[in-house]
Amino acid sequence: MASTSSGTTAYLGIDVGSVSTNLVILDEHARVLGAIYRRTQGQPIKAVQEGLRELTAVIADQDVEIRGVGTTGSARHLTGVIVGADTVKNEITAHAVAASQVVPDVNTVLEIGGQDSKLIILRDGVVTDFAMNSVCAAGTGSFLDHQSTRLGIPIEEFGDYALRSDSPAHIAGRCSVFAESDMIHKQQVGARVEDIIYGLCHALARNYLNNLSKSKELLEPMVFQGGVAANAGMKRAFETELGVEVVVPAYHHVMGAIGSAILALELELAAGETNFKGFEVTGLNYETSTFVCDGCSNTCEVVRIKVEGKTLARWGGRCGKWELQDGAARKTRAKV
Amino acid sequence: MRPPDQIKITTPHMGNLHLLLDDLFGRLGVEYIKPPRSSTKTLQLGIKHSPEFACLPLKINMGNFIQALDKGANTIAMAGGHGPCRFGYYGIVEERILRDLGYEFDFLMLEPFSDGAWAFYKSFASLSAGLSIRRLWKILQVSFAKGRAFDRLRKRALMVRAYEANHGDTGRALKEAEKIMAGAGTAPEIEAAAAASLRLIDSVDQDRERDVLKVGIVGEFYLLLEPFSNFDLEEILGNMGVYLERCVWVTDWIAPRRDNKIFGYPKQMIEEKAAPFLSHNVGGEGRETIGSTVLFAERGFDGVVQLLPFGCMPENIATSILPKVQQKHDIPVLTLTFDEQTGRAGMVTRLEAFVDLLRARRGGRRIIAAPEPAPDRNSCAACERKHVSSCRF
Repeated sequence: MASTSSGTTAYLGIDVGSVSTNLVILDEHARVLGAIYRRTQGQPIKAVQEGLRELTAVIADQDVEIRGVGTTGSARHLTGVIVGADTVKNEITAHAVAASQVVPDVNTVLEIGGQDSKLIILRDGVVTDFAMNSVCAAGTGSFLDHQSTRLGIPIEEFGDYALRSDSPAHIAGRCSVFAESDMIHKQQVGARVEDIIYGLCHALARNYLNNLSKSKELLEPMVFQGGVAANAGMKRAFETELGVEVVVPAYHHVMGAIGSAILALELELAAGETNFKGFEVTGLNYETSTFVCDGCSNTCEVVRIKVEGKTLARWGGRCGKWELQDGAARKTRAKV
Repeated sequence: MRPPDQIKITTPHMGNLHLLLDDLFGRLGVEYIKPPRSSTKTLQLGIKHSPEFACLPLKINMGNFIQALDKGANTIAMAGGHGPCRFGYYGIVEERILRDLGYEFDFLMLEPFSDGAWAFYKSFASLSAGLSIRRLWKILQVSFAKGRAFDRLRKRALMVRAYEANHGDTGRALKEAEKIMAGAGTAPEIEAAAAASLRLIDSVDQDRERDVLKVGIVGEFYLLLEPFSNFDLEEILGNMGVYLERCVWVTDWIAPRRDNKIFGYPKQMIEEKAAPFLSHNVGGEGRETIGSTVLFAERGFDGVVQLLPFGCMPENIATSILPKVQQKHDIPVLTLTFDEQTGRAGMVTRLEAFVDLLRARRGGRRIIAAPEPAPDRNSCAACERKHVSSCRF
């Protein structure tokens, strides 16, 4: 396996979010050759390096040639600099692209991640509306994570617990503080833990719909993706709340990465045209630091990324004087 | 009040308002202490000394005042006003907090001209010895002409940035243009400077072939006018190749009759456009947000972005009505709420996705060109729409 040989044409997609870091390799028909899902644990660069290492192990028996790389997620720019991305796209577009690949006539995408949740409306393969919540913790995966720790039940088993319930406890879903005190109340008066967990799924689904679906027309086919889609209780809660079938794709947890790999594929780069720096980046030593610029009263915090002691990129200032990409200042504006 | 010759006056920052005030106070012969440009420090000071539930603009105002008083200002001028929005109480609350903090200053509440011409005149007369009504009127006229010229420069920059060939040229040209404008004194000088400075912005090297999107900006006035409060949203969108117009401008907002010379559509017309969706005043700019969105839609804009501070009642009312406007006029609207957070990544992500959406709607680039379905046992053709756990594409 080498990135420069003339093996199978392949595309790398990397989605670095607040909670998870996902990597996939697609072939030229957008089929998944390998997928990695791991926790970011607050260290995006390390997560990407480890993820790439795991990915090389997964595809070790295949001869692939990386023709293009896409990054997405909240650390998309950082990741893009480190691996050498050909396309850096926001996660809303990436998720929509992936969903319409899996279910070509998809009209609605429900996505719940660790730190935010999104609702994307598509018509004829085109995004026509979206909403994104990152203010309310009650509508995201982090809250489920927190509750799984509190209840001592691994998050992976939440779905099974929820499916064993036939009468979900009513949990207030508007705010995570209300929800937690409601859950504790239900548990102390003797409700079954299965019913509490399924009730929590319903609360989360309601919170999601109330926050995001405001006057949007939610039509079938409906795809549910993101880390939380692994929870079968959530799928059932959405189906009950909406009264429609909800599709959870096989690779629901890495859809952002799939989307960014497809975006790289769509660039139709010729061999050798990619910016990809190769799987060798897993062995390099990256250092990030921040400093406060005192050039004016804005006092911007500027981030500096060094590779093997040399400055690779800088960003964060409002005026642009520190902006640096691939060791060179950006002079001309990017083509739109 | 102090005698006029001892007054060192200050006001909050709001976009290019300080350029107009610099001129106005200069003509009145009052020393103007401009607060340092709003910064993270300003915001931190404001947050520390403001009620938690107050909206973002009040917190930035507080920071401006504290920094200006520390710089030597001894008189604060603040706009008053009324209506079902908290803004009318800003001045009162701000004065009390500053007094509690132990600052010594005079406080001048400027009530709108429409609330009483005499009180309006008296406020200005207290700043300038022997100021006649006639002279005040003349000063206001010429200062406002200059203020409008400043607004026109920023308006033109919003239109040009989307086309600029070299990153940052428009911003630099705008700075130069504002310098030219600031030097103009008499009415003929202002006229000449306005033309010269506009030409300077137009002369920015542009790529007119570029396929730009047209987006209208609506919402609460302070968020629209003060770039610090909206993370330079206009610059970010402009750099993405988006031609922008916004519905609120400094001189439009403070002009007594609200004929909106800069935006180009008088208040009455905006209200008529809003009427099918919202027929009465809900305070703030709620009705203007609806009406302006309709206007942008009718003019064939690709989309509209609405800005509001967290907890803004009038804009929240507008937000809940906008989906109807969106449906009826077939125009996408992106609503962005701002508070004291300092990370702008979330806003940039939404703006990028919104621009992708608008491009896709234009048909310039479909979100996805589905690759050939693979003739493979893993193919989806067999399982039809049942993309469940067994399916691997």
